[in-house]
Amino acid sequence: MAYIPHTDDDRRDMLAAIGVGSLDDLYQAVPAKYRFPDLDLPEAISELEAASELQALSEANLDVRHNACFLGAGAYHHFTPSVVDHILRRNEFYTAYTPYQPELSQGTLQAIFEYQSLICNLTGMEVSNASHYDGATALAEAVILALNQHRGKRHKIVLSPAVHPHYRQTVRTYMQGMDLKIVGDDDCCRGPEELLPFIDADTAMVAVQYPDFFGHIVDFHRLGEVAHAAGALLCIVVNPLALGLLRPPSDFDADVVVGEGQPLGIPLSYGGPYLGLFTTKQELVRKMAGRLVGETVDSRGQRGYVLTLTPREQHIRREKATSNICTNVALMALASAVYLSVMGRQGLRQVAELCYHKAHYAAAEIGRVPGFRLWNEAEFFNEFVMACPQPVAEINEHLLEHEIIGGYDLGAEYPQLAGHMLIAVTEMNSRDEIDDFVAALEEAAHD
Amino acid sequence: MQFPKDLKFTKNDEWIRVEGDQGTIGITDYAQDQLSDIVFVEMTVAPGEQAAKGAACATIESVKAAAEVFLPVGGTVTRLNEDLPKNPEQVNRDPFGAAWMVQIKIADPAELKDLLDAAAYEAYCKERAT
Amino acid sequence: MTEPLIYDLSAPGRLGVSLPETDVPLAPLPAGLTRDVLPLPEVSEIDVVRHFVRLSQLNYGIDTGFYPLGSCTMKYNPKINEDVARLSGFAHTHPLQDPTTVQGNLALMYSVQEWLKEIGGFDGVSLQPAAGAHGELTGILILRAYHRAQGDAKRTKILIPDSAHGTNPASTAMAGMQVVELPSDSRGNIDLESLRAACDATVAGLMLTNPNTLGLFEEHLLEVARLVHECGGLVYGDGANMNALLGIVRPGDLGFDVFHFNLHKTFSTPHGGGGPGSGPVGVVSHLVEFLPGPIVEIVEAGEDDEAPLYGLVMPARSIGRVKAFHGHFGMHVRAFTYMRMQGKSGLRAIADHAVLNANYLRARLRGTYHVPFDRICMHEFVAEGKWDEAPGVRALDVSKRLMDYGFHPPTNYFPLIVHEALMIEPTETESRETLDMFVKAMEAIAREARSDPDVLHTAPHNTPFGRLDEVRAAKELVLCCRPAWLEGAKAE
Repeated sequence: MAYIPHTDDDRRDMLAAIGVGSLDDLYQAVPAKYRFPDLDLPEAISELEAASELQALSEANLDVRHNACFLGAGAYHHFTPSVVDHILRRNEFYTAYTPYQPELSQGTLQAIFEYQSLICNLTGMEVSNASHYDGATALAEAVILALNQHRGKRHKIVLSPAVHPHYRQTVRTYMQGMDLKIVGDDDCCRGPEELLPFIDADTAMVAVQYPDFFGHIVDFHRLGEVAHAAGALLCIVVNPLALGLLRPPSDFDADVVVGEGQPLGIPLSYGGPYLGLFTTKQELVRKMAGRLVGETVDSRGQRGYVLTLTPREQHIRREKATSNICTNVALMALASAVYLSVMGRQGLRQVAELCYHKAHYAAAEIGRVPGFRLWNEAEFFNEFVMACPQPVAEINEHLLEHEIIGGYDLGAEYPQLAGHMLIAVTEMNSRDEIDDFVAALEEAAHD
Repeated sequence: MQFPKDLKFTKNDEWIRVEGDQGTIGITDYAQDQLSDIVFVEMTVAPGEQAAKGAACATIESVKAAAEVFLPVGGTVTRLNEDLPKNPEQVNRDPFGAAWMVQIKIADPAELKDLLDAAAYEAYCKERAT
Repeated sequence: MTEPLIYDLSAPGRLGVSLPETDVPLAPLPAGLTRDVLPLPEVSEIDVVRHFVRLSQLNYGIDTGFYPLGSCTMKYNPKINEDVARLSGFAHTHPLQDPTTVQGNLALMYSVQEWLKEIGGFDGVSLQPAAGAHGELTGILILRAYHRAQGDAKRTKILIPDSAHGTNPASTAMAGMQVVELPSDSRGNIDLESLRAACDATVAGLMLTNPNTLGLFEEHLLEVARLVHECGGLVYGDGANMNALLGIVRPGDLGFDVFHFNLHKTFSTPHGGGGPGSGPVGVVSHLVEFLPGPIVEIVEAGEDDEAPLYGLVMPARSIGRVKAFHGHFGMHVRAFTYMRMQGKSGLRAIADHAVLNANYLRARLRGTYHVPFDRICMHEFVAEGKWDEAPGVRALDVSKRLMDYGFHPPTNYFPLIVHEALMIEPTETESRETLDMFVKAMEAIAREARSDPDVLHTAPHNTPFGRLDEVRAAKELVLCCRPAWLEGAKAE
């Protein structure tokens, strides 16, 4: 029995202390008819056997270490400095619980305070929470914040179609019990200018993405002005790694900035766990979902940290809480804090520029291949959309034969964009890799 | 524990001082004691607004709890205590004086009959403590 | 004892990483869209490492010592799980890769789905929810969708016992439903009369934790489920306390229609200082089509000895996605490894020893601490942290003093229905010796409460930090620090 230290002597003595004859006697309260079911599960195996089995399972996959990856769409293959995982493997960090007893948790608390600070400084926003599950759920909770801010008197959200499809779907799932209209995202080509007519006195929030799902970098000054004039909040969904190069979203006077922190030192891990960023202006701090770490002093006069504004949260406010969130993704927040600390001001800028230049090189080279055409002339960061001469699925199948994982088939989520591929390029793609990719596309185009 | 005799009380621990058709509202000594150190007060109504009996008029937060303050009777909001949000600790120090929250012009004086007097409220507090 | 902030360790020009030169032609940067100031620290690698290592040393984890937090199930986190989750074939797969290239991942997720179905007694499982509370929201949305699909839009109420965890009413409110609180009876069960009175055609369902937050198996569970079903409602199970039920009983057999599991409690995935967790949801047959998706299914049966082909499928009337991608796969890998190693007999042994350990502590402590519901408990029990002979001493003081004895305190002030509650859950991975040492410490504290209460009021004394001023943290909100040079840069 793995991890159970009891001997027969222990069991005997303990049962005697309790005053029962056998382990089975501990379950009198369980209805006899259903007690001790015979579960149809495999029998126990040793650690040695388990390790071997899991190794084999992992090898039944293709991974981005062994195949060039040009797939993004909300999750990216980036460089993680080795330092990050060594810190995540510190037992005191990963086997600790939520820091409800601050005297025993100053490690977690200060690390999260630093995470909050780094994210605030990166986004230009005034307050960050201790993390949400991911970018999608952070956006859904931002919508809830906006509705609460307007005390339930506004019933519309204007949503850009260039916000990640999974995020928009998550918002709709979260809101299905509420009387809310979500408009604006039914036409994939609608830019911020075309969203302006949707904004009115019933709009609680306008949400856009930066860079957007198609990789475009857009200036949201005008959108922010119009939203604020109508009394609506402006929410911007960000890729934090892009903020190493781009103007912070606070420049557009955003009220809420959410996003996906996976690019900051968190492995792809087939989709999770990732990191939901959630930041706001100071005036919205009490409406924020999730935990907040604040600075204080202890009884000996030392600077220390505690969870604060806890009455907003579910364990105290219950049905009136700002959110039901309890467990978030603290260890991933730690990962991003270590990443941002070791990358630093110069490193993050360098990585962002590498992504930018390599993506532009790739776009230019692919654009020269007959049959491939860049979708539009908008500025982009490290992702771009290519119209393809063949169905994207067929091209990707061909690419796999060259051990290349191709870009995202946009037709899956945007019917108007069938035959278009969303291609991501990062610092992990060497020039040779990009050239091989272009050559393989050229081959695929001829088939 | 104070229970001023000139006030009326609700079971949700609000008090109201009635002077003519003007009502001044706050939370009681018992309430601030239960909540402990108050760190935040926010009025959720505005002057000129008409609100019914039982409508929320303020939110209070302490370190370990949060609570809503409800109007004991309905009326039109006339004044808010602008100083209180800047000095939330007044709720602990002077709940019946400097920590008044909202003033209203009472719409229907008949609603006052449903409220508790000081003795009844004090008895209600003793009952809860056991 | 304080560790400087990372910004305090920064010096202009320091570099923590080495990156390659750009190997492609430089493209012009987007005009007017680049930033001038990037307020991140500049710290060398050795300083980053020392900083976070020193921070870690200020933490207490399961690997430091006993951590009896009730309802959290702080069991040992197996190290093999950490190694396996980092295998390249798992850690470096992209969620949107073609399913044919990730059959290993899909097979693993499918197994976890199937095993949770078997353990829980359910017909469908989604692994997408990211935490228990997320699973609760998912479950309530499923209940809502089910009733509306029956044309029944009047069912807007969710019944919740007063002993419930705060996430229960919070999740209900988020789903746009109304909370109706039910009292507990003198034995800590749901009050049947109140339940009977509350059950009508406006009730969508009941949310129940079993064993409940007092660590007690609901004594009238079958009747409770029957009453709710009889009025047309469904029963939601909060599976936070599943550790007591593995191989003992299946919630699906007892009448639960929807149920969430906590992989980071019952199934050993680490708590991480506050996550990531994972909250899969199991449902009975008539609710399978409403599960959030996509979920893993066999899309092509394997011939003879061949493995089947797995794919990602959206259930027919799914409530929709509850997050991006497929869920916390990294936690699925850990839970898979754990369940695979434990096997059928191992899971049963977990429950047996969790319940054994809790009852042993209860038996050893009941003479010193009042246990309000003093009967055979499941995997946890609640004691009171107060004595008539020690007025002024509260659960908080007992908890802080426990730190001086080298233990993490139990859960405080929950459930709300016990005054000065100490909820104690030892888990099965603790030895008898550890439990005996904990009892000794608790007995010493009980004596100190009478002879020297001040040492409790001012505890902890032996930790790097004393009690922290929570009032000050709330009044003077400092939630973020900025580098000193930033203000100057902004002014430019």
